[in-house]
Amino acid sequence: MLNPANLLELAILIGQGLVTAALALTLWRLLSGPEKPDRILALDTLYVNAIALLVLIGIQRNSSLYFEAALLIAMMGFVGTVALCKYLLRGDIIE
Amino acid sequence: MNLLFVVLIPLMGAGLTAWISRFGRLWSAWMAGLVALAALGCLSPSVLAAFGGETLIQRWPWIPELGLELAFRLDGLGLAFTAMVLGIGLLVILYARYYLSERDDMGRFYAFLLLFMGSMLGVVLAENLILLLIFWEMTSLSSFLLISYWRHEEEARNGARMALAVTGFGGLAMLGGFLLLGEMVGSYDLSQILQAGDQVRADPLYTPMLVLILLGAFTKSAQFPFHFWLPHAMAAPTPVSAYLHSATLVKAGIFVLARLFPVLSGTIEWNWLVVGTGLTTLLVGAWFALFQHDLKGLLAYSTISHLGLITLLFGLGTPLAAVAGIFHVLNHATFKASLFMAAGIIDHECGTRDMRRVNGLWRYMPYTATLAMVAAASMAGVPLFNGFLSKEMFFTETASFLAEHPMGWLLTVAVAFAGIMAVAYSLRFSHDVFFNGEPVNLPRKPHEPPFWMKAPVEILVAICLVVGILPALTVAPLLQVAAASLLQEPPPSYDLAIWHGFGLPVVMSGVALIGGLVVYAERRPLFEIADQLKGRLDARAVFDHLLARLYTFARAVTGVLDRGSLQRLILLLLLSAIGLGLAGAIGSGSPLTGERPRMPIDGVTLFIALALALVSGATLLLHRLRLTALIVMGAIGLMVSLLFVKFSAPDLALTQLTVEVVTVVLLLLALYFLPARSPAESPLWRRLRDLGLALAAGGGAGALAWSILTRDYDPISDYFLANSVPGGGGHNVVNVILVDFRGFDTLGEISVLALAGLGIYAMLFKLHLPGPMHNPLGRPWNWDRHPDIMAALARLLLPLALLVSVFIFLRGHNQPGGGFIAGLVTAAALIMQYLTNGVAWTHRRVSSNMHPLIAAGLLVATGTGLASLVLGYPFLTSTFTHVHWPVVGDFELASAMIFDLGVYLVVVGSTLLILVHLGLMHSASHTPAIEAMRGTAWKS
Repeated sequence: MLNPANLLELAILIGQGLVTAALALTLWRLLSGPEKPDRILALDTLYVNAIALLVLIGIQRNSSLYFEAALLIAMMGFVGTVALCKYLLRGDIIE
Repeated sequence: MNLLFVVLIPLMGAGLTAWISRFGRLWSAWMAGLVALAALGCLSPSVLAAFGGETLIQRWPWIPELGLELAFRLDGLGLAFTAMVLGIGLLVILYARYYLSERDDMGRFYAFLLLFMGSMLGVVLAENLILLLIFWEMTSLSSFLLISYWRHEEEARNGARMALAVTGFGGLAMLGGFLLLGEMVGSYDLSQILQAGDQVRADPLYTPMLVLILLGAFTKSAQFPFHFWLPHAMAAPTPVSAYLHSATLVKAGIFVLARLFPVLSGTIEWNWLVVGTGLTTLLVGAWFALFQHDLKGLLAYSTISHLGLITLLFGLGTPLAAVAGIFHVLNHATFKASLFMAAGIIDHECGTRDMRRVNGLWRYMPYTATLAMVAAASMAGVPLFNGFLSKEMFFTETASFLAEHPMGWLLTVAVAFAGIMAVAYSLRFSHDVFFNGEPVNLPRKPHEPPFWMKAPVEILVAICLVVGILPALTVAPLLQVAAASLLQEPPPSYDLAIWHGFGLPVVMSGVALIGGLVVYAERRPLFEIADQLKGRLDARAVFDHLLARLYTFARAVTGVLDRGSLQRLILLLLLSAIGLGLAGAIGSGSPLTGERPRMPIDGVTLFIALALALVSGATLLLHRLRLTALIVMGAIGLMVSLLFVKFSAPDLALTQLTVEVVTVVLLLLALYFLPARSPAESPLWRRLRDLGLALAAGGGAGALAWSILTRDYDPISDYFLANSVPGGGGHNVVNVILVDFRGFDTLGEISVLALAGLGIYAMLFKLHLPGPMHNPLGRPWNWDRHPDIMAALARLLLPLALLVSVFIFLRGHNQPGGGFIAGLVTAAALIMQYLTNGVAWTHRRVSSNMHPLIAAGLLVATGTGLASLVLGYPFLTSTFTHVHWPVVGDFELASAMIFDLGVYLVVVGSTLLILVHLGLMHSASHTPAIEAMRGTAWKS
């Protein structure tokens, strides 16, 4: 039957499934475009989904090893997105 | 212990001298003098022992695995040369302080001079042959720097390059000779080699070994036919000529002849080679010296001639000749150094050294004239000066061959001729410069130089006189111990008196003096002959021709291997890799798939792997659209990182993520200048061929990975896993490997990173590239440089990002992280401020000068390594301890963390240096305000 422990496990499994589906969809957007901002947004969403996936796996395995990777994706992904956007805006990213 | 420091003090002092010159140019002169005095002081405790005839040997292990040790030896011969190097060195330091003009960088001069002094001391004090050769090469390099000191002058650069090419070639030959000699004896220690003379002379390889060593010695000592570099090296400042080209550098070759005299001499090969070369050099030098119009050119050829004289003496092979040789080394150093200094004073006062214009200086500088003429008299071999004594011994030795050898008279005549020419050119130096009419059209009116500029000349001339009049009371003890250690036995009795009774040597001296007078008086017809010969006997033309041929040959070889096509090189590389891989796979006969049971596949991993394949393929298809390809590549990086996490390599994942973003920024900086699309440049058949090649290479690499992954094998990682905590005090094996087990590699890598950063900085220095004014679609760029929301958001993120960086750094030793990743995180956080808030805003808050940061990082990392050396452990040994901190709990403190801090600083500094300067390269082209700011940033 559904007890609290099972509930968490089930929620994680469902969550993983959903996040994986989201990954697949953003991947489609990344590849199909059509415009560059679409692709940049898709890449950024891909980062967000990856963070979610890592945290979910971390909770599932009860391990903190996934935490740093998620943290860095959050930070570095943002810097990358900013750089790409700045390029679209001005071409010259450091000015 | 002190001998090592005698050598190290000048070498270390060179850097200090260069540094201290920023407080004022004279500081470096004082510092150089102090350093030389310190080296002398360091030597002094051993001087008495060496005078007593002892041979002092001191050793420290250096690379024991190779049998190399820092072994030094002080005996009479070494003492004589050391006295010369340090004594004349001190005088030259004093002289140069007045010689160099305001425009010359004194710090650089003295730093190079001390570098040379240390190398030269190393040569004369080395006990190990290989060590001697290392110092020998260092003298070549430092003399290159000294000759080309006035680097704005083409003459100086060419002269320096020629000297380096000739002596470098000799050094290479000598390395071969030393290796042969060392293998013959079974030891590279001089003490062993000097005892093994009979064994060496009987060896079948004796002749090639001798030729190689002599090539080294002859090139260094400017012996014919390698003499031509010395006159061209006269483009150096005169203090350098006085030091290197009279007293020290050119005597290094003589020193090797003297040092190995007991081992190498005593064979017919030695006699013929060394006497033949010495005699030719003696005559060639003496002849050409007379016809030089340049004062320093005359001295250079006369130096060549005197070096030939000394070589000839050693070539004769008798103990007495060797004694005369070493005596003349000392005498020549004193009178020639003072003559060079006098020539420098004349040049300094007149603005030219051309003897056709510099005349009649007696009236303007009688004091200097007197000094110079005394030294010139010594050079000519006039009685009562030191040059006379050794020249008399030289005449005696050559005359003794008259009876022993049927061709002996030829030697006597040739030597007498050289003596005549020596008197003639000495006369020219004295008469032409100080008398012979009036100065012609001098740029300035000459007068006596400042007191302290004359002082070194006075001291040297005084030595010439005192030694010349009272040899037994002055130079005799030094000569005695030097001769004893040169010969490795008590020297035969000789007499240093001025008058030996009437005999052939006295006749030869008399002939030389009178003949010299006659030749000088009747010099006009000789000058005409010399002028006619001038164009034909140009060794420099031969050298240039040979060098040009060498370059042509080298280019031809390079051209065969490298046709300037990267595709072709990659093609060859891949073809050979595929060929070798196939050859190995076909021969082995083992199946592709091993026996290891496969791991289960879970859905998420499968999905990520498929996604990775998909985005990789997409990048391939999209690669002509550059920006799109870059965006899609971001997804590849992400997928790879996720796979790293999945397969328990969190450190790799973190590194991949941080490097990824820095790479994106780097590529975007470059893309700004590049067209948005890559055109297809190769024809279709070639692209199809490359596709096939890529598939074969990729398939091969995949098959290799598959066959390894499906087998059980014994990786080296077990050792690191087992020893990480007990040996390095950290639970994160990757980090412990980086900062502890392989700390030395890491030190090398961060040095390379720092160099790359500085190299890129240097290449971008003042480079401005115009960027496109509109985007690839033809629309102008957005006017809003730094959108406010983005700027404000990024500012808020900075402290958080720095916190993450600190967190990752501190945890690094036990959890995923470490200095490298933390450094990249910090760099990315700061880069984000450049992106969103602009360069001007960021540079008001963060220094634009990253050099100190990089330097500090390297110093910290190296310092950690040295600290363990000081404490008596091998370089970079790390230590750790557990501390209990109140709130935090048990905490591990490892010295490796300080090393990691160095890594962190270098990474931050280099990354920022590279990216920011790449960015500034084009913002300068359309924002003048930033250009102005950039200028000030460099100055700070």
